[in-house]
Amino acid sequence: MLGMYGMYFLYTVYHAPIGLAAAVCILGVGILGVMLHVLVIAPLLGAAPINQLLATGGVLFFLQSAATVLFGIEFKNLGLRLPVLKVAGMFVSFSRLLAFAAALIGMVLVYLLLTRTYTGTAIRAIAQDRQIMPLMGVNSRRIYLITSGLGGALAGLAACLLVLQYDVHPFVGLSFGPITFLICVLGSLGNFVGGFVAAFVFAEIISVGGLYLDLEWGYVFAFAFFIVMMFVRPEGLMARRS
Amino acid sequence: MTRSLPWIGGAALVALPFVYRSPYPLHILIIILIWSFAYTSWSVMGRFGLVSLGHGGFMGIGAYVTALAWNYGHVSPWIGIPLALLAGAGLAALVAYPCFRFRITGHYFALVTLALSGIVLQVITATRDHTGGSLGYTPERYHGGNSLWALQFSDKTTWYLIALAVWAVGLYVWHRVDRSMLRYALEAISEDEDAAAATGVHVTAEKLKITVLSAAMTALAGALYCQYQMFISPDTVSGISVSLQMVFAVVVGGIYVSLGPTIGAVITILMAEVLRISFGTRAVGWDNLVYGVLLVLFIVFLPKGILGSLLDLRRRAGWISS
Repeated sequence: MLGMYGMYFLYTVYHAPIGLAAAVCILGVGILGVMLHVLVIAPLLGAAPINQLLATGGVLFFLQSAATVLFGIEFKNLGLRLPVLKVAGMFVSFSRLLAFAAALIGMVLVYLLLTRTYTGTAIRAIAQDRQIMPLMGVNSRRIYLITSGLGGALAGLAACLLVLQYDVHPFVGLSFGPITFLICVLGSLGNFVGGFVAAFVFAEIISVGGLYLDLEWGYVFAFAFFIVMMFVRPEGLMARRS
Repeated sequence: MTRSLPWIGGAALVALPFVYRSPYPLHILIIILIWSFAYTSWSVMGRFGLVSLGHGGFMGIGAYVTALAWNYGHVSPWIGIPLALLAGAGLAALVAYPCFRFRITGHYFALVTLALSGIVLQVITATRDHTGGSLGYTPERYHGGNSLWALQFSDKTTWYLIALAVWAVGLYVWHRVDRSMLRYALEAISEDEDAAAATGVHVTAEKLKITVLSAAMTALAGALYCQYQMFISPDTVSGISVSLQMVFAVVVGGIYVSLGPTIGAVITILMAEVLRISFGTRAVGWDNLVYGVLLVLFIVFLPKGILGSLLDLRRRAGWISS
């Protein structure tokens, strides 16, 4: 939501070039991710995991209302018209194509980072066991900061892509947040390919359901699918069988 | 002294509308009582680490089943509300049983129930031909909105007493659970499921019991809200945001003490009202702004909530001998 607002203000109000605006937003949201970690998550690392979830929920409340107070509840958009491509009788909007490509590139980069670099290995290791890692000579604090910054930056990237297609309003985050959560768990947490596949399955269920019935039924089917999948494969769609 | 305190407080609350009958504060009190009851219902299971985000769904079912039964089937709420409770409890059992059976706990349980409240919200919105969708829904008035048969009263005092009674029942249930074997079983489960099972606790059954109880109570809160407000919309009684509202208010008030959810409701509703009155429409968003900051501060610094921490302070100071 903040990334989308950032794009809106930089591009529409301050007339920054769109590439620069995107870079600033990605960086800015990344820094916010680090701040969130230092201010809220770090004091709670020892507490019950559910408290971390609730605390970030509180931050969400705070940011939403701050945006309401500062920017008002009007829907805002970039007013940017991107061309629509016609491919074999199908109309594909350029902004969606761009979003797809950018998301794919971002994913591959993060995948490479996680599997090919020392930092990435440390991130994956720390996810497995928080207590042991410091003993192995990894500065766990630094890894946490890097991860939070990275997560924030990716959210910023997502915001830059979403703002091309959707209007911005203070509660826009709520329409993506819960679904993002569900998709991650559906694809099994920490499994990249799984998340990718789960996102596809989820999107297809919502779109196809929405095509034949109302959009709401698409969501109903998607949520129901999630619940059933949790019963059938609690480890997620792509979990490795041990 | 401490033993008679609840009775004195209760008597004062019952006497209140006969002494002081200004409609607006009474309305706020009724709303606070209804939500307190809903929050108490959540905390009945929430305090055992069973964080459900599906309670918005149960509340929505309570409200909509009661209203739809009245409007379409001309079923009196006296029958409609039990139906709604059954529906809420049934849905809870339907989703919770496989959850507990397949040992879906913690975050995963929260997410499954999150999806559940998403489903309820979307179904209510999607069946807009019958439920009015996002525009909301109104039970038909009967005899000018004043009838015992239809459970509609124009008098705020009556509603205040009903809400008070239901809230007291909620607290009573909380205390009954607090003193039951169920509590020990569930606390053991929340510490370690395997160890609890090894000592002979039927993990699935115990968790299912408390979930169904909690869901039925929440559905009752929804039905009560519907009957009092005579207007329900998917966003005010169901969905993920209502679920979160419950969790947050309970956390702010104090999750492990019986009056914690009530304190949470008092604080959150009063804060919203005071800000709304003193700033009017300029204050849109300010209440949640303060609320969000408070919430984060509470989780970081006072994980037991306001009341829980106060009681701790008192206990440490040795004021309570019992």
